[in-house]
This record gives sequence, C-alpha cells and structure tokens, in this order.
Amino acid sequence: MTVTIKLFAILRERANVSKMRIELPASATVAAAREALAERLPALRDHLPRVAWAVNRAYVPIETELHDGDELAVIPPVSGG
Amino acid sequence: MNIMSPNDWITLSPEPLDSAAAVAFVTDGRAGGIDVFLGTTRAETSHDGRALIALDYEAYEQMAGEQLRELARRARAQWPIVKLALLHRTGRVALGEPSVMIAVSTPHRADAFAACRWLIDMLKKDVAIWKKEVWADGSGTWVHPVVPSPGTPGEG
Repeated sequence: MTVTIKLFAILRERANVSKMRIELPASATVAAAREALAERLPALRDHLPRVAWAVNRAYVPIETELHDGDELAVIPPVSGG
Repeated sequence: MNIMSPNDWITLSPEPLDSAAAVAFVTDGRAGGIDVFLGTTRAETSHDGRALIALDYEAYEQMAGEQLRELARRARAQWPIVKLALLHRTGRVALGEPSVMIAVSTPHRADAFAACRWLIDMLKKDVAIWKKEVWADGSGTWVHPVVPSPGTPGEG
C-alpha cells in the first residue's frame, strides 16, 4: 500500500522535502512507517523519537494501523502562538 | 483558511491581524464581557548576541484549521460563548506584531476570561503550527518546546 508522508518545520528542512510517498506492506503500523522513514531519510533519525504522528489530520498512537492512501504527518513539537 | 460563520471566525492567514475587526466581530448585545488576547512577537537576543528580527510561522494548514474549529467547539461546550474569533498568522511576522489573536464574548466576564485563557493554552499545546526565530545575521532557529500528546486529542 502507499502512504503519503508530510514533513513540517525542522523536519522538512532537514529532509529537504515536504511530501513523499512510501510503500509499506498491508496493515503496517505508524511504527513501521517510522522505521521506513528513518531508512529513507537518515537526516531525520535523531528527531523521530521526539515527534507526534497524525493520520489524516488527527493525532494517533504509534501502534495505529495504516491504510492505503493514508496521509501520515510527522509532527515535531509544536510552537504556535 | 478563513471560516466566518455568524458566531465563529477562524483564520490561518499571512495577512496582518486586525484587533478592531476581531472585537467588532464578537461584539454582541447578548454579551456583557469581551476578552481579547494578542500574542505578539517579542524582541530577543540569542546566547551569542544576535538580535531577533522576526518570526516565521508554518502551519499544517488543513490539520491546524480542523484543530482550531475543534477548539472552538470544545470551548463552546464549556462556557456560554456568544461569539469568538480565533486568528493566527502564517509566514513572517515582524517584531511587535500580533501572531495570534483570540476574542471571546460571553454574558458575564468570568467566562470570557476563562475561555480566552483556555483557548490560547490549548492552541499553544496542540495545534500544528511552528515558529522559527529569524536572526539579524539571516540564520534561523526552529522553536520546538512542546511535544503534542499523541492519542489524547480529547484531553486537556
């Protein structure tokens, strides 16, 4: 299945990309996507333990199962306001 | 993102925020109290003596917009809000300018204070917006103080 990854702020700058697609086995979890992402973009590796994850624009726990076509956003610590 | 219903005005926009417009929006004959919060960019000096010249704001616009609407809904579930405005800048904000503006009107003032305080605290804690400090030498530093609490969108 294909999942769209979105990157923001420091992660977007480190990776030099804001959006990408990754292929994952069916029923892969957010944790599996994190592993795939760390392999594809080693520059993000140090940041990934300190981020939150959002699937289709809602925060989810890392064990959440992904589905084909999901949008998975990597959310570094927020600083609005 | 700009949503203006009769009682809620929610915006994420690169345009300067207008406090008079926010107050005018929430002004209503059913309300006896209006509370307004402006968050403004503050002058800073880095540890090695560089001056801050601006803040750059980035948002996950679609998610942040949905989160702001959800905050408005949750605030309305807790306080008898007549009208509210929840406005946030994106892009570059010069020193001293507001980056966020919240206005709430309620029948009595205690609720307006409480709702306004809750809205800014929740916005800073959870909403998918980031700021980068822009220094006089052209360098930038992302500000990443709070890790959102995954899986607990209903708490707070």
